Amino acid sequence: MDYPLIWSFLIATAVMLYVLLDGSDLGIGILTAFAKSDEERNLMTATIEPVWDGNETWLILGGGGLFAAFPLAYAILMPAFYIPVLLMLAALIFRGVAFEFRHKAVRKTTRHFWNGAFSYGSLFAAFAQGLILGGFIQGVSVDGRSFAGGTFDWLTPFTLLVAVSVAGGYVLLGSSWLVLKTEGSLQKWSRAWARRSSLFVALAMAAISLATLSIDPRVTERWGVTMQAIEFGKFLPLAPIPLLAGLVLVALWRDLSILGDKAPDWRPMVLSAALFMTGYLGLGISLFPYLVPFELTIWETAARDNALQLMLVGASIMLPVILAYTIYVYSLFWGKVDPEESYHD
Amino acid sequence: MEFDALILSRLQFAFVVAFHIMFPAFTIGLAAFLAVAEGLWLFTKKEVFKRLYLHWVKIFALAFGIGVVSGVVMSYQFGTNWAVFSDKAGSVIGPLLGYEVLTAFFLEATFLGVMLFGWKRVGPTLHFVATCAVAIGTSISAFWILSANSWMQTPVGFDIDPETGNFFATDWWAVIFNPSFPSRYVHMMLAAFITTAAVVLAAGAYQVIRGRVTEPTRWQIRMASGTLLLLMPLQIWAGHWSGEVAHHYQPAKVAAMEGWWETSDVQGTILFAIPDAENERNIAEIMIPGTSPYLFNTDEPLQGLNAFPEDERPPVFPVFWSFRIMVGAGMIMLFMGGWGVALWAMKRIEKPGLFHWLAVPSGVLGFVAVITGWIVAEVGRQPYTVYGFLRTEDSISPVEPAAVATSLIVFMVVYAIIFTAGVIYMARIATRGFDDDPTDPPVREHRAPGSALASVTDKAEEA
Repeated sequence: MDYPLIWSFLIATAVMLYVLLDGSDLGIGILTAFAKSDEERNLMTATIEPVWDGNETWLILGGGGLFAAFPLAYAILMPAFYIPVLLMLAALIFRGVAFEFRHKAVRKTTRHFWNGAFSYGSLFAAFAQGLILGGFIQGVSVDGRSFAGGTFDWLTPFTLLVAVSVAGGYVLLGSSWLVLKTEGSLQKWSRAWARRSSLFVALAMAAISLATLSIDPRVTERWGVTMQAIEFGKFLPLAPIPLLAGLVLVALWRDLSILGDKAPDWRPMVLSAALFMTGYLGLGISLFPYLVPFELTIWETAARDNALQLMLVGASIMLPVILAYTIYVYSLFWGKVDPEESYHD
Repeated sequence: MEFDALILSRLQFAFVVAFHIMFPAFTIGLAAFLAVAEGLWLFTKKEVFKRLYLHWVKIFALAFGIGVVSGVVMSYQFGTNWAVFSDKAGSVIGPLLGYEVLTAFFLEATFLGVMLFGWKRVGPTLHFVATCAVAIGTSISAFWILSANSWMQTPVGFDIDPETGNFFATDWWAVIFNPSFPSRYVHMMLAAFITTAAVVLAAGAYQVIRGRVTEPTRWQIRMASGTLLLLMPLQIWAGHWSGEVAHHYQPAKVAAMEGWWETSDVQGTILFAIPDAENERNIAEIMIPGTSPYLFNTDEPLQGLNAFPEDERPPVFPVFWSFRIMVGAGMIMLFMGGWGVALWAMKRIEKPGLFHWLAVPSGVLGFVAVITGWIVAEVGRQPYTVYGFLRTEDSISPVEPAAVATSLIVFMVVYAIIFTAGVIYMARIATRGFDDDPTDPPVREHRAPGSALASVTDKAEEA
C-alpha cells in the first residue's frame, strides 16, 4: 500500500476540516469587531462556544500529523515559516483565552481588551494562516534535509494577497454560519456581511488562481493554461473545478442577495464551504505531489512505512469515531442559538 | 555565554513547556475531581456535590482553555525550533503524538462543549458521561506524551537508518512501553491529582479563614486532605520507582540529582550543598552518610559525575536543587494532608487556625513540584534530546538567533498577560466561594446554571 499517499490525503482532509470549522470561528471572531452591542457580540460567540475547542484540534492534527507522517516536510516548513507560525500561535492564544476571559472581565477596560483580543486574535490568526498558505504555494528553498532560505523569504506580494484573501474567506464562512445560527436583525446583518465577503472572495479566488498559474512552470504545465494559450487536452479534464466554483458562487450570490431571507438558512453555509472546497481541490491539483513545493514530494518527506502503518490503524479506528462524536455534538447544539445556555455567570 | 539560536531555543522550549505543563497537570486532576463530584451527586443525590461541580467547572474551563492554547504552541515548537530532532526522531515519536491527538485531544475538546454548555440538552447521565469522557481524555493524553518523552529518556526498540541517520522503530511495543514510561506515567498522574488537591484545599481553607463555611467548603477540605494523605505516600513510592529506573538507564542524571561526584560503593544523602561543576565538588555540603544501601537496590558501585566525561554530564546545579525542592514540596503536602484529615477526624475543619493559614500558600506547591520535577527529568537528560543518541546541540533548526529571540520575547509577553489574567479570574471564582453562587433553587432547575444573559446584567450592575 502507498502509505505516504494515503496520509497525504488524510492530512489534507484534516487541514480542510480545520479551515471549514475553525475558519468559520475565526471569521466570526473578525466580525465581532463590528458587532453593534455586547448582546450581539455574546450571541455571535455563543454560536461557536461549545464547538470551537474541538475545531481548533484539527489544527493540532494538521501540525502533529505533519510531524508524525511527514517529519522531513515538517522540519523544513516550520523553520521556513517561523515568523508567520509565531504570529498565528500568538494570535490563536489570545483568541482562545478570550472566549473565556471576556466573560470574566469585570471592568469595562479589561472587557474591551479581551473583546479586542478576540477579534484581533482571530484576524491575525487568519492572516497568518494565509501567509503560511501563500508561502507554501510559492515554495521554499531546501538544501539537503533542511530549510536553506532566509527568515523573511515568505514575505512577498503574493503571500500578502493570499493572507488577505484567507481572512476574507473566513469572514464569508463565519457570516454564513451566523445566517444559519441566528435570527432577526443579527441574521440580516450577517447576510449583508456574507454578501460583501462573497464578492471579495470571488475576486480573490480569481486573482490567486491566475497568480498561482505563473508561480512555477510545473503548475502551468499541470493545468495546461498559460497567459497566451490554453492546452485543452490538459485543461478540459480539470475544467469542471473552476466551473463548479463559478456555479457555486452564482448560487451563493443568488441566495444572499436575490432570495435573501427566502433562501433556506443552511444553504449559504453549505455553498460557502463548497466554494472553499473547490479552491482547496484546485490548489491540491496544482501542487501535487509536492509537500515542500517545489522541492520534495510526499514520498521523499514521509516517515517510515511502519510508522505510517501504525498510525493508519489508529486513524482508521479513531477518525470515524471522532467524526461521529463531532457530528453528535454539532447536532446536539443544532438550531438557532439560545443565549440562556451558557454556563458563565 | 553567547546567545546563539541553541541557547535561545532551549530557553524558549523550557519556558513554553514549563508554562504549559501547569495547566494539564491541574486539569487532569480537576477533571477527575469533577467526574467524582458529579458521580457522587448522581449517586447520593446530595446537592452539595452538584454545587462543588458547578463551582469548579468554571475554573476548569479557564484552565483548560489556557492549556489548549499553550498546547497548540507545543505541537509546532518541535518543527520551528527543533527541526533536525523532528526529522530524525519523527518516525518514532511522531506516531505517539499522532495517537495523542486522535485518541485524546478530540475527545477532551469535543466533550468539553457538552460539559460546559450541554446542561439543557442532555440528561444528567449523559452529562456525566461527557465529564468522564473529558477526564479520560486528559489521562489518555498524558499516557501518550509521557510515552514519547520517556522514549527520549530511555530509547529502545529502534534502529538508525545508515543513509539518513534517522531513527525508526523496530518494535513498537518496546517503544511505547519503554523502560522509564510506566513509572513516569504513574508519577505524573499522581502529581496531577496531588496538584489539584492542594489547590482545592487552599481554596477551601481560604473560605474558612474568611468565615464563610458552607457544606461544599467542608467537603472541599475533606476530599482534598484525604486525597493528599492517600496519594502522597503512593507518590513517594512512584518517585522512588522512577529514580530506580533512572539509576539503571541514566546514571549521570541520578548522580546530578544526588550531587555525587565520586563513584563509591556506598553513597550518602546530601541535604544541602552548592554543587560546583567547575571544580567537581560540593560547597557547604550537609550529608547523611551511608544511606544508599537502603535506597538503591544494587550491588554495583554507585557512579558519581566524575565517572562521565565532562561533555556527557547534565548541568548539576538545576538538577540537584530542583530535585530537593520537589521532594520538599511533596513532604509539605503530605503533612498538610495528614493534618487536614486529623482535623476532620476531630471535627475541627471549620475553625480557622494555623492549618488554614498554611494551606492557602501550600496551594502552589503542586505546581512547584511538577515544574521542578520536570526540570530534573529534562535538564537531567542533557546534553541529549534522545538520550545517548542525539545531542541537543545537533537537534536544532536552521533559524536565525534574531528570529528565536523575537519569538522568545513574544511568548514571554503573551504568556505573562494570559497567565496574570487567567490566575486572577480563577482566583476570583475560587475565593468567591459558595454563598453568593447561584445555588439552583427549584425555580431555576430547568435553566442552565448561570447564563450569558445573567452575566451581561451582572456586569452592567457592576459597571
